[in-house]
Amino acid sequence: MNLTLKVWRQKNNQEYGRLETYKIGDISPDMSFLEMLDVLNEDLTRKSIEPIAFDHDCREGVCGMCSLYINGRAHGPKFGTTTCQLHMRSFKDGDTIVIEPWRARAFPVLRDLVVDRGAFDRIMQKGGFVSVDTGSAPDANIIPIPKPVAEKAMDAAACIGCGACVAACKNASAMLFVSAKVSQLALLPQGQVERQTRVEKMVAQMDKEGFGNCSNTGACSAECPKEISVENIARMNREYFSARLTGTEI
Amino acid sequence: MILDSKIPAGPISEKWSKHKFNLKLVNPANKRKFEVIVVGSGLAGASAAASLAELGYKVKCYCFQDSPRRAHSIAAQGGINAAKNYPNDGDSVYRLFYDTIKGGDYRAREANVHRLAEVSVNIIDQCVAQGVPFAREYGGHLDNRSFGGAQVSRTFYSRGMTGQQLLLGAYSALSRQIGLGNVQMFTRTEMLDVVMVDGQARGIITRNLVTGAIEKHAAHAVCLATGGYGNVFYLSTNARGSNVTAAWRAHKKGALFANPCFTQIHPTCIPVSGDHQSKLTLMSESLRNDGRVWVPKAKGDSRRPEDIPEDERDYYLERIYPSFGNLVPRDVASRNAKQMCDDGRGVGASGLAVYLDFSDAIKRLGESVVKQKYGNLFDMYQQITGENPYKTPMRMYPAVHYTMGGLWVDYNLMTTVPGLYALGESNFSDHGANRLGASALMQGLADGYFVIPFTIGDYLASANLKPVKTDHPAFAEAENNVRDRINKLLSIKGKLTVKEIHQKLGKIMWDYCGMARSEEGLKHAKALIQELKSQFWNDVNVLGGGEELNQSLEHAGRLADFLELGELMVDDALHRNESCGGHFRTEYQTEENEAKRDDENFCYVAAWEYTGDNAPENLHKEPLVFENVKLSQRSYK
Repeated sequence: MNLTLKVWRQKNNQEYGRLETYKIGDISPDMSFLEMLDVLNEDLTRKSIEPIAFDHDCREGVCGMCSLYINGRAHGPKFGTTTCQLHMRSFKDGDTIVIEPWRARAFPVLRDLVVDRGAFDRIMQKGGFVSVDTGSAPDANIIPIPKPVAEKAMDAAACIGCGACVAACKNASAMLFVSAKVSQLALLPQGQVERQTRVEKMVAQMDKEGFGNCSNTGACSAECPKEISVENIARMNREYFSARLTGTEI
Repeated sequence: MILDSKIPAGPISEKWSKHKFNLKLVNPANKRKFEVIVVGSGLAGASAAASLAELGYKVKCYCFQDSPRRAHSIAAQGGINAAKNYPNDGDSVYRLFYDTIKGGDYRAREANVHRLAEVSVNIIDQCVAQGVPFAREYGGHLDNRSFGGAQVSRTFYSRGMTGQQLLLGAYSALSRQIGLGNVQMFTRTEMLDVVMVDGQARGIITRNLVTGAIEKHAAHAVCLATGGYGNVFYLSTNARGSNVTAAWRAHKKGALFANPCFTQIHPTCIPVSGDHQSKLTLMSESLRNDGRVWVPKAKGDSRRPEDIPEDERDYYLERIYPSFGNLVPRDVASRNAKQMCDDGRGVGASGLAVYLDFSDAIKRLGESVVKQKYGNLFDMYQQITGENPYKTPMRMYPAVHYTMGGLWVDYNLMTTVPGLYALGESNFSDHGANRLGASALMQGLADGYFVIPFTIGDYLASANLKPVKTDHPAFAEAENNVRDRINKLLSIKGKLTVKEIHQKLGKIMWDYCGMARSEEGLKHAKALIQELKSQFWNDVNVLGGGEELNQSLEHAGRLADFLELGELMVDDALHRNESCGGHFRTEYQTEENEAKRDDENFCYVAAWEYTGDNAPENLHKEPLVFENVKLSQRSYK
């Protein structure tokens, strides 16, 4: 099939960007979206135009490296799918496709479609862990965990940290991402000791990074490639209030 | 050079404990005076960086991705082995050790593998304490499953995302140490050289992938945890960024490279759909528990699978291996699939696929049970191929998945360069000629959590390391070499794209150094690679500059190293006149077409020494001594 692509090009963080239009032909419906961009980049290189920079790595939907805002949707038109798992059979011959980077103040554009998601790491560094040094763990079966609890923790832990939730949110809020980790560890017995300080510290860092507030539109969860539930946001709010009311000051 | 593996004396079950006692310790107050570089943030790198920082060392950790959480360990699906024996089904440290040695076709070191089996139990404890949500039974205890044809259930798992959960566990431990200021993390940073001072590894040269800045970093020791080199085949199940550069640069600075030709081809991957294909997706081995593998009996049968009657189908694994059937090890399953396709009985548009059929399982168990067990894999298959595996059989073909070869290391995980360590898939040590399912995660975490924290202290305490800063001339020299190479790549301005050349290399490797190798083919491949290498250095086109985010430049640098590695893999495969595990030389097979080992002449680790550009590498041999396990022909009939 033949397509018209409007792609965000931006040299670096300092310069202004703009949408460039490229025509591309002979695209197979079996190609993934990123393979289509590979083909375009080969074309551009042969014409001595610098190829488009975009983030990608595992190309099997789990590393969270790929992003892209495609026709106004994070990770494109399909639900529960990362861009690398989106295939061209989801588009039609003659389509015009607009491709932009994630848009959020906390995710500055580095080049073309590549953004800096370091803010997510810094939030994790404030409390997204259980403080247990290597070697100090007791036998793994010493604390039984009810299967439904373990399953719920796993649902939250499936987050791949891609940032689609932030990109989809009109406020660029990171609540779904942060709440997924807060929930996982609040649900499990291992996370109880640091339960209150964790949520307070992670939320404080989230605010500091410049993410917006949650106004409960649920766009984050709708666009999440791993379908993380907004229930986690409700749980995080509860954890946060409880920590503020009863916790020790940090 | 004499390769000293430093394997401690004594009975196998006491070697590691005795060795730990004999290792020198660094006084707690002195640990903060030592800086350690860890390159890579996958299971091995993240667990090492976190554990070393917890001990008090000053750690600097590097990854080329935008976050340490993205390393390719994350994509492992199936599970992690541990000799916990929770199911009470007869597992033990010794049995895990034995299975791993046998599975590796007797080309791994006994002492290393036994240690791996010993610490496997601690890994599970550690991960659970971190909050890794492993699958559980209704009583709340950990669930185990059997995997990869093991006769006991020793595999712990988190749905089909075990690698992700274990990596996020290690990432959380690493994040904690970064937050505490004990680890300095460098993301989007690629290591381009090792810096040697007085014969010891004392630092690295990196390129900041955002700004292009070339940077110098000094330390007392350097640990490489940079993964495998499967992308030498262009198409593999590896992440697109996975590369050999760090290991290869270390090799060129004196670290021997061991068994480079030992690569694992995974039997169940989604077949290639066209020239645009950029990577291959693995479908978990667990599918073979219920799926039946078949091809049509007639050559070139192009009917739809549903239209081929039962008696015109060849369930070839069940036919050839009646006792293991569809559950034979990976190397055996892959080779047989290739044979069927070479015979002209492959299926699908390309003829390079076999069927994996679930219709019997659906009849026996019902669609809902099959969905419960394999739902996420079926969804993934449908997403990629557009076909519904509940209605029509999956099409599968083998793909490069893991590299057992890597930097040669001794029992302490140190390479032949003092102060330079290799962990996880980047070393060669534990899987011999074939890796068993659910063992890669185990090895990565064993090295990082439970081996390197002990062994590195011995070196730091005894090596008498002088203070070295980045103003040492050795850093300037290494930096200049890195800059020259980048400038060279940017100045060629030829006609071929990096991707084109990489695809050609991949095809050569796959055709001649893949599932079946022959002397004639390998010799031909060597000539082809040399020609391609010269094309690359004369006619590649890398656009853009060095001082900016430039993904073509990154790819070009990695490809340059793959071209050199490819040639060494061919040399290694050519010299090993036997078949073992994943290395199958067509000249060396039994009458029943199985791999025929030559224990008399090839029971050794082949470790190659770099001697200069375009010069043949020197072969060093580390004999493998089996004191506990009796060598025998693997049989899965």
